[in-house]
Amino acid sequence: MSSVLYDAPGPRAKRRNAILTVVFFVLLALLLWWVWRTMDDKNQLEWKLWEPFTTSEIWTTYLLPGLADTLKAAGLAMVIALPLGALFGIARLSDHRWVRGVAGTVVEFFRAIPVLLLMLFANEVYVRSTDISSEDRPLYAVVTGLVLYNASVLAEVVRAGILALPKGQTEAAQAIGLRKGQTMGTILLPQAVTVMLPAIVSQLVVIVKDTALGGVMLGFTELLNSRQTLAAFYANVVPSFIVVAIIYIVLNFIITTFASWLEGRLRRGKKSTGAVIPAAAVGGTTATGGEGGGVPGLGTYIQKQGP
Amino acid sequence: MFDFLSNYNDPSFLGAFWMTVKLTVLSAIGSLIWGTLLAAMRVSPVPLMRGFGTAYVNLVRNIPLTVIIVFTSLGLADIFGMTMGAPDDFKLQGFRLAILGFVAYTAAFVCEALRSGINTVPVGQAEAARAIGLSFTQVLSLIVLPQAFRAVIGPLANVLIALTKNTTVAAAIGVAEAAYLMKGMIEKEAQTLLIGAIFAFGFVVLTLPTGLILGWLSKRLAVKR
Repeated sequence: MSSVLYDAPGPRAKRRNAILTVVFFVLLALLLWWVWRTMDDKNQLEWKLWEPFTTSEIWTTYLLPGLADTLKAAGLAMVIALPLGALFGIARLSDHRWVRGVAGTVVEFFRAIPVLLLMLFANEVYVRSTDISSEDRPLYAVVTGLVLYNASVLAEVVRAGILALPKGQTEAAQAIGLRKGQTMGTILLPQAVTVMLPAIVSQLVVIVKDTALGGVMLGFTELLNSRQTLAAFYANVVPSFIVVAIIYIVLNFIITTFASWLEGRLRRGKKSTGAVIPAAAVGGTTATGGEGGGVPGLGTYIQKQGP
Repeated sequence: MFDFLSNYNDPSFLGAFWMTVKLTVLSAIGSLIWGTLLAAMRVSPVPLMRGFGTAYVNLVRNIPLTVIIVFTSLGLADIFGMTMGAPDDFKLQGFRLAILGFVAYTAAFVCEALRSGINTVPVGQAEAARAIGLSFTQVLSLIVLPQAFRAVIGPLANVLIALTKNTTVAAAIGVAEAAYLMKGMIEKEAQTLLIGAIFAFGFVVLTLPTGLILGWLSKRLAVKR
């Protein structure tokens, strides 16, 4: 094995690696032992705290409804944000300067603001100027916040997707006499959607993670919020956190795996132009509230395959 | 029009944003250190270290930051009695716990950025360096790391901007930063739109220069290949 940092190991390097392995193993074992001891000291390993998770009751009463709300908010946000994002992404590529300017300002503005502020703001607007019932309000506020933020992120993805297509596509469309709208609608956009599918799917991870904000700050009954009710009932704070974290990890791992599988498939596809926006290009794997600033731009991440 | 701002003293408007800045800067320094260590593990020749680094990054970045921050307060502080050196001062304790959570979370993304930077350096360069007899340390400090760091300024800027926005999550455990103040203000005052606008403006002021300066720097310093 050879990498930038080290060569295929010789006898001395092998010995050094073996020593490092042992030292690291001991440190890791000490750490795990310490964690285990601390948990034991605080009586967090008692079976009566963990036992509820083996009963179906805890799942049907707390965890699954919470997960359902998390998925509902994430799904709704994605479905609404996608067309909105496409609209703004296309608007940023417009030939008219004022359309470009307005769309660009809106997109950059919403990317610069924390999702939590958008949610709090939306919640208060709904309290004051609509008659949405207080039961539904958290869902509305969470989805609104997520849509505003993610539509602007997706706008950048769409723009990058369209720019990733070979220029010849547009030229050929113009040569056979298609108008601008037709070129966009029938040639560029369908291909761009394929190109950016992995990035769009992995953006779902960000959205799923951000729904947890609504649980703490707005009382939206998603997974993290259900955990609180659950822990109040069974008095098992630490185990409930661990179980909820595992649910999030598994859920997001499935989404990430699907995104990278899709990416590999699209790259190998014979019909495509070979341009793919990798799943890792968006905030998808990067942060709660995703990436901001947008200065380096997605364009830098786009990779094209040779013919 | 802005009279209501002076009704708030704990935190005051500027005090809340100062808290946001403090959270951002301290968490950024912490996650840069821990993230670099993680990146070193992920590219090390020892499989066990690589495994640990990979596991840490993949587990931590799939957990919502909100879950981590709330856990530091309800789990680490309440159950395990982790007081972060401030057993009586709950404000300070919350502040330090929040930083701990931000560092644990953001380090995973710093690690990924740094690792991708090391991957941008062509293997041939290191081979050439070894061929002329440079030692491992020399290869690392003279050839690989300078290029790697110049390549990751852009991605690290994104992580920093995301961190700035993520500090609002600290409001969930009662740290008096911008989102915390906005929540209180927006519920009491009638001027929802105005309050929303000034807090939004505050974050634009914080993130826009960061993005512009580091974006300019990353373009200037990028290694042209």
